[in-house]
Amino acid sequence: MPGSRPVIHVVRTPTANIASVLAAFDRLGVEVAPAEGPDMIERSGAVVLPGVGSFDAGMRSMRENGLVEAIRRRVDGGRPVLAICLGMQILFESSEESPGVEGLAVAAGTVGRFPAGVRVPQMGWNLVKPDPSCRVLRPGHAYYANSFRAAATPPGWLGAWSEHGGPFVGGMERGSVVACQFHPELSGAWGARLLAGWLDLSGVPTPATRDLLESGAC
Amino acid sequence: MLIPRIIPCLDVRDGRVVKGVRFQNLRDAGDPAALAAEYERQGADELVMLDVSATADGRRAAVETVSALRRRISIPLTVGGGVRSEADAACMLGAGADKVAVNTAAVEDPSLVARLAGRFGSQCVVVAIDAARTPDAGEAEPSMSWAVVVRAGTRATGLRADAWSRECQRLGAGEILLTSIDRDGVGSGYDLDLLRAVRRGVRIPIIASGGAAHWEHLAEGLTAGADAVLAATIFHDRIRTVADVKRDLASAGFAVRAAGGLEGSPGGSPDASPAAGPRGGAR
Repeated sequence: MPGSRPVIHVVRTPTANIASVLAAFDRLGVEVAPAEGPDMIERSGAVVLPGVGSFDAGMRSMRENGLVEAIRRRVDGGRPVLAICLGMQILFESSEESPGVEGLAVAAGTVGRFPAGVRVPQMGWNLVKPDPSCRVLRPGHAYYANSFRAAATPPGWLGAWSEHGGPFVGGMERGSVVACQFHPELSGAWGARLLAGWLDLSGVPTPATRDLLESGAC
Repeated sequence: MLIPRIIPCLDVRDGRVVKGVRFQNLRDAGDPAALAAEYERQGADELVMLDVSATADGRRAAVETVSALRRRISIPLTVGGGVRSEADAACMLGAGADKVAVNTAAVEDPSLVARLAGRFGSQCVVVAIDAARTPDAGEAEPSMSWAVVVRAGTRATGLRADAWSRECQRLGAGEILLTSIDRDGVGSGYDLDLLRAVRRGVRIPIIASGGAAHWEHLAEGLTAGADAVLAATIFHDRIRTVADVKRDLASAGFAVRAAGGLEGSPGGSPDASPAAGPRGGAR
């Protein structure tokens, strides 16, 4: 039934490989359209900020497409945003990956390297332990693929923690903004439920998200 | 703390699973997407699909297969077999692979690894290394004892497995898929000396491959330093599911991921089991 599915918007960056994100939302009965420019970011009911690649490349793409202020306004207003992996990292002020490059700076703090001696990239499944007040992030195993991470939850955000050479921020949320260092779209049934929870919080429920949320699975 | 990954491997030719599969609840056991979905349901942590097609038509079919898998599964998918260029990688990633594995093409042109890592990120780039024992393997200089071979083990390269894996890490590879050609299909377990020799030289993750016939082999691979263990025979030819194997590993003290979340984890609470496993903090 084309046209009858709710539509959310994804920020396209040249470095992002988003087939898995699109497939995950498709399974949840949601149409994902590209967010073409700041007006659409402004108007959209729910925006996904994915991204793989470097902090510098991600921010350059944000600037070149004129999206920096629009994303900042959404996040500052607590309006529905799901930031994944690099998408979460660029919410911060800066990253050791790209010294001197300014992030979106809607979350105070910096992104750094994992401590020496641990496997890098962190590639695989790790336990996520959220603050009990989190509305979308829940305990469970998430799939990660990252070489950098935030070591501290920014003031004003609720955090979820994982361990890889010490604790790091696996996810965080504020209002309807949810940021995941892990890949919910690759985190099996647990990840699908997380996406459903964010859609629900964003006012974009579908029959599939209701089924998932009501079944009590995961 | 990272949980060891159990990775079933699907060999696909012309869009169909090559090896025999005996899951009774699959209507069409030769359909890669149906098999992939079944593996995810059983608790597979990731899937590797190797395209073994010999023709251009077969390789085009592989792209369709990747799309079909992506529509069905919500766990990571690595695709290898026919990836020889940046364009091939872009095609597979666009179709829904999360990582691409390069083998022969990387040996012939190592700059491919750097270009793929630069364009797609290291986390997308797996280098598959096929290694064969040389006569001095296991002797005083074990690090000098495994030769890298290509084209299904038929051609020598002059490279040593440990040196080549270090070079791949330097070039930006995010992971090594390390296959023992001697053990592949033999069922006597992974080549643990090979695993240890490569493990000493790299800090990127290693997927052990070639030779696993039952869960104890997976346990040995993890203890020898693998971050993930790949198997085809166990899950294809025997009546053992991924869930069965994870239950066995959990009972031996390894941390495993429950398929559907925290409830019903074979190892009980995920906090309780990792300390006994090989991934403890001492490494």
